[in-house]
Formats: sequence, C-alpha cells, structure tokens
Amino acid sequence: MMNETTATQTIASDGDGFTLHPEDRDAILHECGHFEQPQAACIEALKIVQRRHGWVPDGAIQAIADTLGIGPASVEGVATFYSLVFRQPVGRHVILLCDSSSCFLTGYETLRDALFHHLGIEFGQTTEDGRFTLLPVCCLGGCDRGPVLMIDDETFGPVRPEDLETLLEAWS
Amino acid sequence: MATIHVDGRTYEVDGADNLLQACLSLGLDIPYFCWHPAMGSVGACRQCAVRQYKDEDDTRGMLVMSCMTPARDQTRISIDDEEARRFRASVIEWLMINHPHDCPVCEEGGHCHLQDMTVMTGHDRRRYRFRKRTHRNQYLGPFIAHEMNRCITCYRCVRFYNDYAGGDDLGAFGAGDNIYFGRQQEGVLQSEFSGNLTEVCPTGVFTDQTHSDHYTRKWDLQFAPGICHQCAVGCNISPGERYGEIRRIENRFHGEVNGYFLCDRGRFGYGYVNRDDRPLQPLRGGRGDGRPKIADLDDALSHAGSALRDARRVIGIGSPRASLESNHQLCRLVGEENFSTGIAAGELECLTLMNTLQRECGLGTPTLREVEEHDAILVLGEDPIQSAARLGLSLRQAVLGRHRELAGQRGIPDWNAEAVKTIGQDNYHPLFIAWPAATGLDSVARSRLALAPDDIARLGYAVAAFIDDTAPAVEGLDTALQDAAREIACALLAARRPLVVSGGSLESTAILGAAGNVARALARRERDGGLLLVRREANSTGVSLMGGLSLERALDELTAQRADTLVVLENDLYQRLPAARVDAALQASQYLLVLDHQTTPTLRQADLALPAASFAEGDGTLVSLEGRAQRFFQVYEPRLMRPETRIHESWRWLHALQASRREQPIDDITLDAVTRDCAETCPALAGIIEAAPGADFRVAGLKLAREPHRYSGRTAMRANQHVSEPRSPQDPDTPFAYSMEGYSGFDRPRQQVAFAWAPGWNSPQAWNKFTDEVGGHLTGGDPGVRLLKPAPTDTGKTGSAYTTNIPTTFTTDRNQWRIVVLPALFGGEETSARSQPIQERGGDARMTLSSADARALDISDGDFVTATLNGDALTLGVQLDPHWPDGLLGLPAGTAPPGSQGAGASLGPAASQPAPESRQPGEVHP
Amino acid sequence: MSRIDTLRYRSQLRQHADERKKDTHPLTWRLNDDGSPVWLREYQEKDGYAAVRKVLGQKSPDDVIATMKEANVRGRGGAGFSAGVKWSLTMRGDDIPRGYLICNADEMEPGTFKDRLLMEQQPHLLIEGMILGAYANNSRFGYIFLRGEYVDAAHALERALVEARQAGLLGSDIVGSGFDFDIALHTGAGRYICGEETALINALEGGRANPRAKPPFPGQSGAWGKPSVVNNVETLCNVPAVLLNGVAWYQGLSGDLSDDGGTKLYGVSGHAQRTGLWELPMGIPGTELLDRAGGLHDGKQLKAWLPGGASTGFLLPEHLELALDFDTIGKAGSRMGTGLLTLVTEDQSMVSLMRNLETFFARESCGWCTPCRDGLPWTVRLLQALENGEGAEGELELLDQLAADCGPGLTFCAHAPGAAMPLSSALRYFRHEFEQGVTRPPQPAHADPIPVGGE
Repeated sequence: MMNETTATQTIASDGDGFTLHPEDRDAILHECGHFEQPQAACIEALKIVQRRHGWVPDGAIQAIADTLGIGPASVEGVATFYSLVFRQPVGRHVILLCDSSSCFLTGYETLRDALFHHLGIEFGQTTEDGRFTLLPVCCLGGCDRGPVLMIDDETFGPVRPEDLETLLEAWS
Repeated sequence: MATIHVDGRTYEVDGADNLLQACLSLGLDIPYFCWHPAMGSVGACRQCAVRQYKDEDDTRGMLVMSCMTPARDQTRISIDDEEARRFRASVIEWLMINHPHDCPVCEEGGHCHLQDMTVMTGHDRRRYRFRKRTHRNQYLGPFIAHEMNRCITCYRCVRFYNDYAGGDDLGAFGAGDNIYFGRQQEGVLQSEFSGNLTEVCPTGVFTDQTHSDHYTRKWDLQFAPGICHQCAVGCNISPGERYGEIRRIENRFHGEVNGYFLCDRGRFGYGYVNRDDRPLQPLRGGRGDGRPKIADLDDALSHAGSALRDARRVIGIGSPRASLESNHQLCRLVGEENFSTGIAAGELECLTLMNTLQRECGLGTPTLREVEEHDAILVLGEDPIQSAARLGLSLRQAVLGRHRELAGQRGIPDWNAEAVKTIGQDNYHPLFIAWPAATGLDSVARSRLALAPDDIARLGYAVAAFIDDTAPAVEGLDTALQDAAREIACALLAARRPLVVSGGSLESTAILGAAGNVARALARRERDGGLLLVRREANSTGVSLMGGLSLERALDELTAQRADTLVVLENDLYQRLPAARVDAALQASQYLLVLDHQTTPTLRQADLALPAASFAEGDGTLVSLEGRAQRFFQVYEPRLMRPETRIHESWRWLHALQASRREQPIDDITLDAVTRDCAETCPALAGIIEAAPGADFRVAGLKLAREPHRYSGRTAMRANQHVSEPRSPQDPDTPFAYSMEGYSGFDRPRQQVAFAWAPGWNSPQAWNKFTDEVGGHLTGGDPGVRLLKPAPTDTGKTGSAYTTNIPTTFTTDRNQWRIVVLPALFGGEETSARSQPIQERGGDARMTLSSADARALDISDGDFVTATLNGDALTLGVQLDPHWPDGLLGLPAGTAPPGSQGAGASLGPAASQPAPESRQPGEVHP
Repeated sequence: MSRIDTLRYRSQLRQHADERKKDTHPLTWRLNDDGSPVWLREYQEKDGYAAVRKVLGQKSPDDVIATMKEANVRGRGGAGFSAGVKWSLTMRGDDIPRGYLICNADEMEPGTFKDRLLMEQQPHLLIEGMILGAYANNSRFGYIFLRGEYVDAAHALERALVEARQAGLLGSDIVGSGFDFDIALHTGAGRYICGEETALINALEGGRANPRAKPPFPGQSGAWGKPSVVNNVETLCNVPAVLLNGVAWYQGLSGDLSDDGGTKLYGVSGHAQRTGLWELPMGIPGTELLDRAGGLHDGKQLKAWLPGGASTGFLLPEHLELALDFDTIGKAGSRMGTGLLTLVTEDQSMVSLMRNLETFFARESCGWCTPCRDGLPWTVRLLQALENGEGAEGELELLDQLAADCGPGLTFCAHAPGAAMPLSSALRYFRHEFEQGVTRPPQPAHADPIPVGGE
C-alpha cells in the first residue's frame, strides 16, 4: 500500500529543485477562497500539484506550505494520510482495483492475479514502460457490477480477466 | 467542588477536572499515555478506562475513558472493576505489538512511563506471534535522538511541539498502524523547546542525545535540586551526575516558575561543567612567561594572603553569574567601597532601574504561571524566546488563553484539548511585540512592530500617554506609530489583566522608562496588570540588589593606580568591556587573583587562579528576574572521583583567603552562615534565608537522599583508584546526603526534591505524586522566596513618577550603522556557549541588515561583510530581513564585541572569509 | 457500442419509469430510464425547487425542523439518527455565528452504491435538500464532501451548482426570500474514515481525517468551530418531498411496514441474478428485495447476508423475513446501515471474507486510537493464519476478545465497532468454519511468521 512507504519516504527527501508552477500557485490561492482558513486548501493543493506531476514531489511539500502559510510538517502529515495522494512517482495511468467485500465475493482475487500477471507488477508497483501503476482501493461504489476497477478517471465493471487485454489497450 | 464515588469510597474533587486528573490528584493510580497535565485530554490511547455507573442502582455501568469524562458531582466509577482492568491490560498488549522490547539498550529504560504503565496494568504475556512493523529513524540535530520503533503513537510529541510550543517542523505522518512522528525531512528540530520531547514522550522515541553520549540509568545518577544558571528565569532543574560528570539535566517541577518544561539552552547547555580545560587546582604565574604552575593549597593560600596583606588597595569584581554568597563573601574581603558588581555601567543602570520599577510602578511582577493568566500583552524591546525562553513559552500560553475563554462560552472544559483548539482557531489574546527582528511569538501576535530601539521607546511612551493623558506625550510621532500606540492602549485597557514585558536586552533606559510609564498608567487606571522585566544572567537581579561599583569604575581604579590588587570572581571581563580597557586595568594591577570554574581569557592572566565550583559542585542562592531567591545545591563532590581536584565554592575560597590574609587559621564555614551574614548585611536580601531550608532540615529525622534507592556500584566505581571504599562525602552545608540513605519519598511534604521517584512511577510523570493536585504546586510549597514586592503606592505618587526621557526618532546614517545586539538562545550566553551541543545548534553567526540597505550596499543574502567598530573588525555572513529597520546592523550576542550595543559601526566588504569553525563561542576577543 | 463502453460502469436502477411515480417514489420518479441526468429545466418542470419556493421566507426554520422531526426522517448514511432531532440540536441565535451545512457524499461503505445514482442523475434534488437544510439550520455556506473517485458525480454537481446559481437558487436572497446560501463542491483524496462526520470535518479543514471527540457535537462546534450539520446525500434528498407533501404523506409511504417514514434506496450486490438499486417503501422484507433481484446465480444457496455494508453484522437466510428498517434489523443483532444487501453464497468461505473485511478496516483506520490502530491489524493476521490453516488453539477466543474490545465506547469512534460487528456475528454463526483453521497447539511463537500486511 502506498501509505506503507510514504512515512519513511520523507527521510530520503531533499526539498531542493522544486518550484510551484504559477498556474498551480494561483489555483491553490483561489481554492483558499472557499474556506475560513488556508489550511483547508491543503488537500486540494496536493491534488493540483499531483495533476501536473502525476505525484507530489518532496519539494512540493515546502512549496505548498509556503503558499498556504502553514507548517511543512502539517502538509506532509496530510499528504501521507490520504491514499490518493501519491508521494512516490507513478505511471502514466493509475489502476485502482477495488478490493472490498462485494468485489471480493464476485471475483476480485482472480482479477487481481490476472492483472499481476498481465502487467507483471504487484500492488504499489509501476510497469517497466512507466505506463501503469497498480493500487488497491476501497469500495468504488460499483458493488452491483463487481469486480470493479478504475483507470485514471473511468470506472469499469464487471471486469473479467479476459477483458483486460482490450481494456488496457485503450491507455497508451 | 464535586463529590465522586470511586470503588465505593467518597471523595471531594474539583468538578472542573476530568476523572483521570481528579483521581490522580487523589493519589489513585490510573494508567494513561496521551493525557498530560499541561496539555489536557484527547482520548487517543484508551488506556485510562474505568467503569462508570449511572447512579447507586446501576450495577452494570459501562467502561468510559476517565480522561474524557468530567468529574461531575455524584459521579460513580470503579477503577478496580475486573473488566476495566482486563481492557487496560489489552491496551498495553496492543501498544506492545510493535514495540521492540529493547529496554536493556534503551535510554528511556528505568525512567520510562511505558514500563511503569505496563507493570501497573499487569500485562506480562505476549500473545502476538507475527512480524513487527519497523520504521527508519531521522537525524534531528545535536539535542534529540530518534528511535521510532519504540513509538506507541500517543500523539503527545506533536501536541506539545506544535500546539503547546508553536513549532511547525514535527508532524504525524502516514495512517493506520503506520504512523510516523518526525520531520518532513531529516534535519535539526527548530523549536527552542525540543528537549521537552524527551520528557513528554512516554517511551524512548525522543531521547536526550547529549545524555546518550555518556549514558547512565536514572537510578545510577546522583541528583540535587538545581537552579538553571543559563538565564535569569530561574527554572528549577534536576541535574544528574555519575563519575564526576553531569550526565543530563531534567526538569524539576515548580508550580510557579517552569512547571513541566525547560528550554533547550537550560537542558542541553551543561557541557561547560564537564570541559576538560576546567581549572581543577590552584594555578600560579599566569602572567609570567611559560605555562602557569599547579600550586598546592597551602602555598596558594599563603601566597595570596601575603599579596592581599601587602596590597595598597584591593578591588573585588563580583559577578552576575555567581551566587549571592560568593559575591557577598568577596564584598566582605575587599570592603563595600571596593566591591564591584562586575556588570558594565550601562547594563547596571538598567538593572537598577528595573528593580525600582518593580517596586514603584504600581503593578506587581507575575510569576510565569501567573503570566499565563494575562489576557493582553505588550512586549517592549525584548525577544523573550531568545532572552528568557521559558518566559516566551508562558507568553504563548497566555495568548492561547483566548481559546479556553471561547471554549468556556460553549461549555467546553479546558481539558478537552482538541475541542478547545477547534473552537479557538486563530483567535488569540492580543499580543504586541516591539522588536526589530522576527521573534518566535510573531505567529500568535496581533502585530510585531519592527522598530529601532529609540522608536520602540517612543512607541511605549505614546501608549502610556494614550492610557493616561497625564503621562508625557511624544512629540512628532508619525501617524503609523500613533495608530499602533492607540490600538495597543485600547487592547491593554480592555483587558482583565494586561501585562507589560520589557527588559535590558537593548540596554536602553528609555525603553525601560517607557515600559514603566505604561505600567504606571495602567496602575493609575486601576488595572490588575503586571510588569515583567527581563534580566540577562542567572543572578543579575541578585547582584544588582546587593549593589556595588560598575565594572568600568572598578577598572578605572586600577588603571588610575588608585588600587594595585584585583580579585575577580567568576567573571570574564573580556565578555563585558572592550579588550583594550580590560587589558589596561589588568596590566596596571600588581596582583591578579581570579576565581572561576572556566578557563577564561581573564583567568589565564591570573597570578593566582583558584578553581571555583560550578552550579554542579557548589551551593548558593540566586535571584531570578521575578525577584525570586532560590537555592541551588551541590550535586556531587568532585574529589570523590578525582582526589587531586581542589574545587570549592568561591565563597569558601574567599573565606579562606580572608583568614590567610589575617594570618589566622582557616576555620570551618557553612553555607547557612554566609547566607545569614549576606541577608543581615544587605536589607534588600533579608529574605534569602527563607529561600530554602537550612542544613539542619530533616524529614522524619532523616537527611534527604541525593541518590535513588537503587543506586548501584558505589563500592565498585572507585575500585580503579583504591580497593577500599572511602566514607561517602559529608555535606555540612545542606540537608542532603551524598548517598541513597535518607528520605526520598513523596508522602511527606517537602519543597526541595532532588529527583522525582515514587513506587511504580519512575518516569518524570512521578512529579504528579509530589504536587497538591496534578499540575498544581509542590506539597511542601514551591521553592524560593519573592524579594521584589511592589511598595504600596497611591496613584498620585506613581503618576508624579512618570519618566520623561523620551528619545528623538531614530535616523539612518549609512556611514554609522547603529548596532543592535540581539540576544541569542544558542551562543548568546557565556557558559552554555562553551558547551559543544549548543555550539553545534547555534550554527554560524550572521549579521542582519534590511533588504533596502543591502540593495544600497549591493550586498545579497549570505555575502560576507566586515563591520568595524572602535578598531575591532568582525566579519560575518549577512542575513537579510525585509522588515528589519533601515540603518540598523544586527549582531548576535556572543559574537558581537562587548559594549557594542547601540554603538556605531562602518561596513565594508569582507577582508577574508573566515572558516566557520574559526569562531569559538564563549571565546570572543581579544 | 464498443466493448470498452459496455464495460464502463453505470448505476442500475432496476425500476422502469412506469413504476416510479411522483407520490410513491420521491427520490427517483424524475429519473430517465436511459440514465441521462435530470438538469435544471427538466427538474423544475417536474416540481423541482417547489419546496424551496414554498418554504423559504414562508415557513420558519423551527417549523421546518418540527416537520422533519415529525416525519421521522432517519439518517440514510447508516446510523439512522433522526435528521430532525439532529437539526434541532444545531446552535442558532444572534450570539451564535452562522455555520455550515455539509453533505456527506463520501460514499465508501463496502457494498454501498446508492448516493452516486442520486448525484450523477439528479444533482438538483440534493442541492434543493441542502438549501432547505441550510435554511433550517441557519447555515451560511454548504459543502458537498464528495469522494475523489466519483468523477461523474463531480461533473454533474459542478454543472448543477452553476445552473442553480444562475437561476438565483444559490447565492444571496434566494428566490427573493432574503436568505443567503451557497455551496462548494469539495472532493476528497481517499480514506474511508472521512465518512465519519467529525473526521469529515477535519478533512474539510484540510487536516488529517482523525475523528473528533463528542461532545462537543458538530451542532455546537463543527467546521472551524462553527455550528455545523453533516447529513448523508440520500437523507438530504428526502427533505424536499417531506416539506412539499407533508408528514402524513411521508409516513404513509412506508405504511404499516415501518415506523420509519418514507422510502429507501435499497440494493443488492453479490451473486444475484439482477443486482442493482430499487426505491421501495421503508421496511420491506429482505425476501421481496431478493425476489426483485431474481434470486441467486445458477441456483446457489444463500449462506449469509450483510444488511447494509461491511460495518453491519451478518444475518442468516431466515432473517430475510424481517422488515428492513433500523429498529427491526437492530433487534436482530445487526444494523440496517445503508440498506444495500451483500449476499454470501454457501460455497464462499466466511474466514476469507472476514479476512478481507478486517483487512479493509485495518487499512482504513486513521491511526488515532489504540484498539483500532493496533487491534485490527492483529485481527487480520489471526484471520490470515486461520485461512492458511495455521491457526493456534485459543486464537478463536482471542478473536472473540479482540472483537469485544473494539466495542462501542471503548474506541474513539465507530470505525472499530464497525469492524467488530461482522466479526463477532461471523464467529457466532459460522464458528465451525473458523475452527477448521485451528491446526496447531498453543505455542509461544510462530516458526515462520506471516509477513505484516501481506495477503
């Protein structure tokens, strides 16, 4: 799981060499307008950075802290808490595979093994060609059509191992 | 008050408490982790479960967390309840799942709250049979060692570091069972209070790195009640010794002063006591060519005796870092007219003025605990976090008081920490800081006015005039300052208890006069306020109350040949006045006798240097900035481990010198005798006898033990020197014994507690056993006696006493930069600056310039620049501050040449770039 | 239609337009059979925002709250707490600052897929419910806390919010009533715990989503210390019809089936023929739902079922006769939760399923309190051991105790109790399955420890 490593990831980090894209900076400051306190824009800020970089580089933590005028530790605290904020590089596309009860009862494990085999990776890993990162996710709210998975912004289900070929082709 | 029923017995408790607090205050043991008396409850660890019953008829009841349950009247609970016990044991079992059980190699072992609680709950069988989760650790700087695998995730560290102390570089990361407490990236913890993590952490995640470097278990340490000598706040400390070395310093609870917390200078600055270049024996011939020679005791004394006999006139220079007793004994030796406080004239003038103000301004001087009750604060010309750190921490709690106030309005109890924080958001009691540089309190301040010293004074006078129109008005004040002054005045007047904080950091009588006027004005408007004035050194207040010549006057007597012999007491004159002036006086003197515990430039030149005791090897009395006289007690007898040493308290040396000068046999003298003589001689100090019990104090007929019951190796630790164990040293001066024999319990009231230990309570949490209620006061009363009491004033009198020395506004002159010496917590104090960890933490000194000035001089951040003032050249890297007032040059104390406060300097490009390590803090000039 | 399009997920409301009537299906009657969203024009043509026009400025907030109480609209997020009572506890008054109305759209309870239908296909119903809720609670601003994965719902809500603002239904002086209120959409970044109302508030404030202690309740001190109300999507979607048609009508919807008023979005997942959603009167028996779902795949037998998500207790086939409402299911030793059934067939292992459920709860623990943070992962390891036939004697009793120690009141919030309920019920009903995993005598330590976190 991502959060297994994020906490210790922070150790290796060096804050250097990251500058917040002006657009992202504006977007973050605009987001502050919705809330009583700038801290509230923290999660959105991380997602804004992630939209541009695919993940949240170490240097972004201090940059966001400075933009919001809050402590870097609290930004990292938030970044490492939420499972959809990535503190490690990910592939061009992120596959979220629902591993919760309904999907589990309707073939999650078969689909998971098929994905492992098809992509040659396990959870938390990225394919060598940098195309896919595979992560488990809790209930995607598609229980009536399990097993369900998400690729980037799109949800699919029920997905059978034999569907993977066609399905994954669409994401280069 | 409320009546509660615990396991069938009835008790009276404070209804405002939660059940955990209430029960602990009653002496009933309930295990806990996340709750802390100073930080309240958050209900995270679930360790303090008890069974609560609705009423008399309710036989089933339900388990509740006592820390989150109010101690309402007629509450019925059971601590002994079978299921509650079992659940509490389960909690420990869960906490132990990933705990490494590395107690034998863990620095926390022996004073570990987790160990205590584990024993208390009776959990002793491991059923978890799977692999443990592990973490990597971080480098956190020279003070704190990090071992995350021991963490039980109680969240105390981040709650103290961020919420209580205002840090922002320690966080909780991750989620689930993978929570990590550390920095966003490796590096030095930035908070000035990080050391408290070692006591706040219930186990060994954050431990004292300086202790780890020469580690000893708590039970093997010898303790005595100490007073921190590293600033004027007078925090109570519990220094621990082994093998003739101070091994660590822990907080010693004081209900009115430091409570549960110390600053990092006080905790980690003790290294100078262990320096191997300390004078251990009398040294002769410092001024002769060749190295000074070790002299044996009798030679030294007779030599000094005859020198003093032959002297035309002997000048004695005392010291604000030495005890009252030592200063008094020097005064006895040389006579009042020849005694100097050892303090430079400018600072001395400020100190005298501060004493006067605290007696006559009409407002009382609050203790740190009382500071936290004030609801509007003006800090005039001080940076408390740097000049009196523990005070700064209390000021922060004062402004956070607004959170508790708002919570109260919604019926949320003070102890419900997270709820209080939520309702409080960023609402604080008003705090105004007038100081040129950024301060650690800016984040909770209504405003920080970056002003030059003279303008800080003008602001203060203006505030006073707004509060009371009979106070002198300030001419030509610009509108910005007008408005600021009006806002401050309104806030102070609107407050229930306004507080004015100022001090001598900028050596400006104008600023102090202004602070005094604000205080007087508030007093005339009958405000129940306070005035707190920051002094620089541990005994600045005491020595200024004792009185004596300024250092300049004393030196002039020698330079002008009106005196030929000089005795210097625990004072490095080169720290206080320009080298040339000191050199002249020392060269003019026929005979120089120096007593000190550090090898200073002054001591190196002594004809006779006598090894004095530091706070660790001697007893004495200090007076803190709140005017509290407090006694510190000798921790260990250096001769036990190093028989060759001849270290004695200066007052003992000086008594011996007096005798040998008179060619009399040296009779015994005790601390109590000197203290009494000092009190009788100096009316202002009459109270100091009461500062602590005398040597004849006993508990149940017993002396007080310096060592815990389990102290081990007493016979072995000297075995390399002699097969037979010598009789343990005797202590004629204090009620303490150099052994584990004697009283060390908690059940009989006493105010002098060397170390906190109670059965089942080995960690610092044991202090709760020594207080009347958790977070309250020591059962024997908080140590010390207040000397500076406000003289009864009628408002008319205080009104007439308004000061009028209002300076003109500061004007920039780029040929003459006005130097502002900035107090520096790390490196800014003489003795602690000689400790390696403090030097490491302090880093490289920088000089501060305004961005505008830098642009004009074409200097950018980090450039090296040379400042020249009366001949001395000082080259430092530049640090730019956008808010820093133009025309000022900021130099950190400890690096700034002595006497440069307020002086003028010229700036030029760096002659050469000095390597960082070339700068030796504590060894400035010549 | 390409294969990929057929794989694309879309909500399945299993009732046709001819069944869904205005006076019997207040939540879904406006929906189109083809699932195309109901935008503002269509929504207003179908009585949309009529309740807002009827209530704002016409009725007092206290009337609104009284009506909600009387209608007994119970929280559809799973707890079943009366929305009216909750609203009546919100601090209001001249000396109290106006607070927030927060919609809990963080649908993440395993087995639950109802709110997404309402948000994707009829966003205005939610917005209307929020306006009415804000009016009753004197809220100055509203937030929809939507889980980040609900991308389609986010698009729909964004568009609907713009439409509503342009139509003067959001912003200042709504429909000329003088009442000001607006809504912002806030998407989360993952974490089941955000569904807990106080954790959700901490997430909204941009912090770590640790729950808060109660008291103080959000109604006293919620987001940024202001009085705040947190309601589930479906709950808020019930409000307009209640205020438009009145208490009697709403109570009549469930008739004699249940004291809880109104209808409920029920659903079925698992190995049933026709899984999906139905809007039915509150209190219909599980048998009816199973019939509508066409029974199980190729004649499989039902072994157990979860009435409303992973945090509810297992029930047996015979319990299908019971009325699906909060009190009845509660008396049967479980909770109705979200009312979406998860079916377990007799050929599926309860041990494996429990391992899966507990892995979920352990992973999603926020890490604040000890029993949840450290107790649940231990439960997972024990279940893994049993599943692998490596359980040791005494470990079933240990599981019993771990479940008991995670009970209500012992942990900081309802997360761990939610994990304990299915576990204790599974251990009660299917103990033999767990006993089969016990193969070892009690032993001090495992020779070959099972790696932490590994499945």
